[in-house]
Amino acid sequence: MGFVVVAQVVTQAPVERFLNALGSGVALGAIYAMLALGFVIIFKATQVVNFAHGGLAALGAYLVSYFATVSNIPGRWMGDISVTLQWTLSALLALAVMAFIGVVIERITIRPMIGEPLFAVAMITLGLDLVIRTTTNDLMNNTNQGLGDPWGVLVVEIGFFRIAQTQIVAIVVLLLVGLLLARFFKTRTGLALRATAFDQEVAMAQGISVGKVFAIAWGIGAALAALGGIFSSVAPRGAGVDPFTALIAFRAFPAIIIGGLDSIKGAVVGGLIVGVAEVLAGTYLGGVAWLGIGFGGVVPWLLMMVVLLVRPYGLFGTPEIRRV
Amino acid sequence: MLQVANLEVVYRDVILVLRGLSLEVREGQIVALLGANGAGKTTVLRAITGLLDIHEGDIAKGTVTYNGTEIHRKDASQIVKAGIAQVMEGRRVFAEMTVEDNLRTGAISNKDSAKVKDAYNRVLEMFPLLASRRKDTAGYLSGGEQQMLAIGRAMMANPSLLIFDEPSLGLAPMLVAQIRDTIVDINKAGTSVLLIEQNAKMALSIAEYGYIMETGKVVMDGDSKKLLADEDVKEFYLGLHSEGGERKSFRDVKHYKRRKRWLS
Ligand SMILES: Nc1ncnc2c1ncn2[C@@H]1O[C@H](COP(=O)(O)OP(=O)(O)OP(=O)(O)O)[C@@H](O)[C@H]1O
Ligand SMILES: [Mg+2]
Repeated sequence: MGFVVVAQVVTQAPVERFLNALGSGVALGAIYAMLALGFVIIFKATQVVNFAHGGLAALGAYLVSYFATVSNIPGRWMGDISVTLQWTLSALLALAVMAFIGVVIERITIRPMIGEPLFAVAMITLGLDLVIRTTTNDLMNNTNQGLGDPWGVLVVEIGFFRIAQTQIVAIVVLLLVGLLLARFFKTRTGLALRATAFDQEVAMAQGISVGKVFAIAWGIGAALAALGGIFSSVAPRGAGVDPFTALIAFRAFPAIIIGGLDSIKGAVVGGLIVGVAEVLAGTYLGGVAWLGIGFGGVVPWLLMMVVLLVRPYGLFGTPEIRRV
Repeated sequence: MLQVANLEVVYRDVILVLRGLSLEVREGQIVALLGANGAGKTTVLRAITGLLDIHEGDIAKGTVTYNGTEIHRKDASQIVKAGIAQVMEGRRVFAEMTVEDNLRTGAISNKDSAKVKDAYNRVLEMFPLLASRRKDTAGYLSGGEQQMLAIGRAMMANPSLLIFDEPSLGLAPMLVAQIRDTIVDINKAGTSVLLIEQNAKMALSIAEYGYIMETGKVVMDGDSKKLLADEDVKEFYLGLHSEGGERKSFRDVKHYKRRKRWLS
């Protein structure tokens, strides 16, 4: 964790320095975008503000660490496969388990609260966060656990442009997630989710099983949170999952607000804006003494405040015309 | 086909809105349910279609039976599967979706894609206008077009009973006539209709039978012809009361209130 910026070599020429920071920012933005997407999908479909997102992110990262480095599942049954494939399978398994956990959480703690004040439901997710984080911390003995990813600290260099392999992977994964979601929203289930998000009562009147939609939204949301947790636990953002990993959701929060709580597009754009802004600020303002050393981390929040002043619903959010 | 018997509905455990309401729709009929603002018409619809829950409403007493099975404890999606669809008050199209996607939502509970395709083609045939605007965003359609879309969406479920909640609300007379003809066509094609309206003239002109409700109860019912000829109905629902004369509260018409009827 922390605000490590790859390729921040002071001797670089201005353009090179900028482009490298930009690449790094986009990669960080991809992580925020994954987290924001999960958050927004849950919010859109169920109107629940999920404060357990950080806990889910950390648990997901921990599961990868467990499957990939401790138990080698499912690789142990696969014979001779490459390290990359072995790790990818472990990560996919972790995501599947997280999706299942999301469904279970919805079923046990959210579904019974349908119709109760949203504030109460939000408080439940806050309690949930505590439970998940405590459990996860216990599982990892309150220490840092490496994820065993095949990329480590390897860097790709194209001329002066340097970017960590994990960062490229993060960006590619975000693209994949975007494509998959775009396709998903065209399917019958995706249509049901969009309909429910737009107007729950009308969705029910069409015969859509809103309970199922809620479960699916939580499944997808938890898996996306985990994805964000995974990429924030590998280099260069982190060196494994630890008790601070869950804070990544807190750092993604400005991205969610800037994009608009209920906008899928906003989650991606907001994530990228915040990632880039944070890294650029770290790069150029990191040395400005009176701003303090962690100013990069403050910039997203400043940005959020400015956006909220101009557009209270975020860049792509819908104004609150809550249909009754 | 549909029987509602002695229905009592309470909102938030305290507000009694339906007080022993009974009505019946027979196979193939168009039945009108008339009543003033706040009489409880929409509540009847919610009770039939399983939508009370999300309005914090509950059926305290009574039953809703459809084709011999009690449905008042089923959830909305089961009721749609059982064959009851609805066109909600205020159209309520998915404004952000295309016309096509709106229609698809109507058939979402149907996994048989060939049947869905059939329904889709039938709906586009019924509303050629929707066909030409398939890819347009529903929110940009006019009120009348949105009403067509809402009806088309409901028809996508291949309902055996279709319930309309004030479909003429806010539409110009020409469009009202168009909607009326559409309802007749739908009915002729084999779908029974429960038509909730304030526009009694329009509703009774196509319905076989009518119920008039006030404050949660049926206060009068009968063949449409009979209702249309009734002096009190004329006065209160057809706007034929004498000019300048003070409009009495419907409550004052004693014989309506005294008439107590249970339909089994
Ligand atoms: N969710 C709710 N909670 C409490 N009271 C409600 C609720 N929904 C409706 N009511 C009340 O129930 C009564 C009947 O409402 P309903 O919407 O069924 O009437 P309606 O006949 O459909 O009226 P309109 O012609 O205006 O649509 C009204 O007094 C209304 O205020
Ligand atoms: Mg109504």
